[in-house]
Amino acid sequence: MSEFTRADVEHVAQLARLALRDDEVDELTAQLGVILDHAAQVSALDISDVPPTAHPLRLVNVLRPDVPGPSLDRDEVLAMAPDAEDGRFRVPRILDAP
Amino acid sequence: MTAVELAADVRAARRRAVDVAQEHLAVVAARDDELHACNLVMREEALDAARAVDEAVARGDDPGPLAGVPIALKDNLCTRGVPTTCSSRILEGWRPPYTATVVERVLAAGAVPIAKTNLDEFAMGSSTENSAFGPTRNPRDPSRVPGGSSGGSAAAVAAGYAPLALGSDTGGSIRQPAALCGVVGVKPTYGLVSRYGLIAFASSLDQVGPFADTVTDAALLLDVIAGHDPRDSTSIPDAVAPLVPVVDRGVEGLRVGIVTELTDVDGISAEVRTAVERAAHTLEQAGASVDRVSVPSTQYGLSAYYLIAPAEASSNLARYDGVRYGLRVDGEDVAAMNAATRDAGFGAEVKRRIMLGTYALSAGYYDAYYGQAQRVRTLIVRDFARAYEHFDVLLSPTSPTVAFELGAKTADPLAMYLSDVCTIPTNLAGHAAMSVPFGAGEGGLPIGVQVLAPALGEEPMFRAARVLEVGR
Repeated sequence: MSEFTRADVEHVAQLARLALRDDEVDELTAQLGVILDHAAQVSALDISDVPPTAHPLRLVNVLRPDVPGPSLDRDEVLAMAPDAEDGRFRVPRILDAP
Repeated sequence: MTAVELAADVRAARRRAVDVAQEHLAVVAARDDELHACNLVMREEALDAARAVDEAVARGDDPGPLAGVPIALKDNLCTRGVPTTCSSRILEGWRPPYTATVVERVLAAGAVPIAKTNLDEFAMGSSTENSAFGPTRNPRDPSRVPGGSSGGSAAAVAAGYAPLALGSDTGGSIRQPAALCGVVGVKPTYGLVSRYGLIAFASSLDQVGPFADTVTDAALLLDVIAGHDPRDSTSIPDAVAPLVPVVDRGVEGLRVGIVTELTDVDGISAEVRTAVERAAHTLEQAGASVDRVSVPSTQYGLSAYYLIAPAEASSNLARYDGVRYGLRVDGEDVAAMNAATRDAGFGAEVKRRIMLGTYALSAGYYDAYYGQAQRVRTLIVRDFARAYEHFDVLLSPTSPTVAFELGAKTADPLAMYLSDVCTIPTNLAGHAAMSVPFGAGEGGLPIGVQVLAPALGEEPMFRAARVLEVGR
């Protein structure tokens, strides 16, 4: 089932926002194929009638009272950001210039 | 000296916490150049905390059940103002603006934080060789790995840096290094211990737990950290009964099952299998009944885990995007900055898992991989439930082998993943399990036996572990 190709790796890397180098793409193409072969053990099981388990606890909709409380200190948080300005995170250009 | 004895001495003013801290810091200074169990030695924080404990004792106040006991903290637990790296370049230099609940609880109980310990980057690995800051070595034999991912915490306890340490366990990351370093390691029931401030890897599997030299010390630490935390929505709201008063109650009448699929299979070394047999015999001598039990779907645990854990990790690690904290590598726009930052900041294993998880969740593959793994998870839960109708606790190896040489498995990810084959099913089920040192194998290296219990089955699990400790 190792039909995992370089093109697959490049596509997934783009989804995962990873700018992989060429040598990383080569290595991952080989390694992910081997790991997915092992994972194929579960893909091959005939268990379509079994419901999935996403989580071991049966807790649902854990809510707290909707009362404002103290949060993290903004200056302390922004001091740890790579770039900040006017109380906000600063990032490079998102849209093309008009 | 055990944590129980140290705390008793400090509370009774027979020893000063500052002296205890100095002694342990001296051990760190003497050994950590070689072992590299620590990412950061918290010298000032340790001495400040110890002084506060001594002052409380002098005032006649009780500093708490961990009074003056040094503790090592895995470096994926947030400590306000103190660097927390997950052994990753992407978080190098980051100082969290808040402290993990488990750290707050041990400090409130009088513990003295001695170090932030090394781990496989973002807790992904079984040898601590995936740390961006270099591997940790096993104190029992420095040519060997300490296991992982909490290898630094296991090594810190084994080397005498501290009688206690905290780690996290997503697929065996407390139990496997505990086994390889010859200490006690506990993966509590999912939801028993708060994860607020534990940096997330795979959220439906991650759990914080204790390392200690003795079973009773592990119970003492678990008693301090267990219990509901409103800041963690996956925290079990029920009250929990303390374990220290019950660990010595023995195993008379306890029904113990050896899990055949995790014990009598290829890949488990003969000496490890023998240790499990001897452990079962020890429990039998102490009044337990022992039989073999089949938990068939556990044989698919590893495959299911290596789809579920990377899938959750790929989502959790999306937050490291160069915007709010940690590393940023510039790019011409946000997308290029994100991708360049993540390529520079993550190591090879983390990228492997992000890629694997992203693929398993991607359109066209979701049901064949992630969906199917979740259905296997249901089978594992059902099979364990059936076994626990007839048994109170189960036994298996913790690790298939004793500690392996550094570099032995770094070129073969799948071989490394197989180190966790015995520990993973417990995480998938959300149950409790612990590793207790029991005998030695090749080269005198420690072997760990795993005691498994159903959700909230910590009491019989600790009672069995304590009997094994006495009888080893």
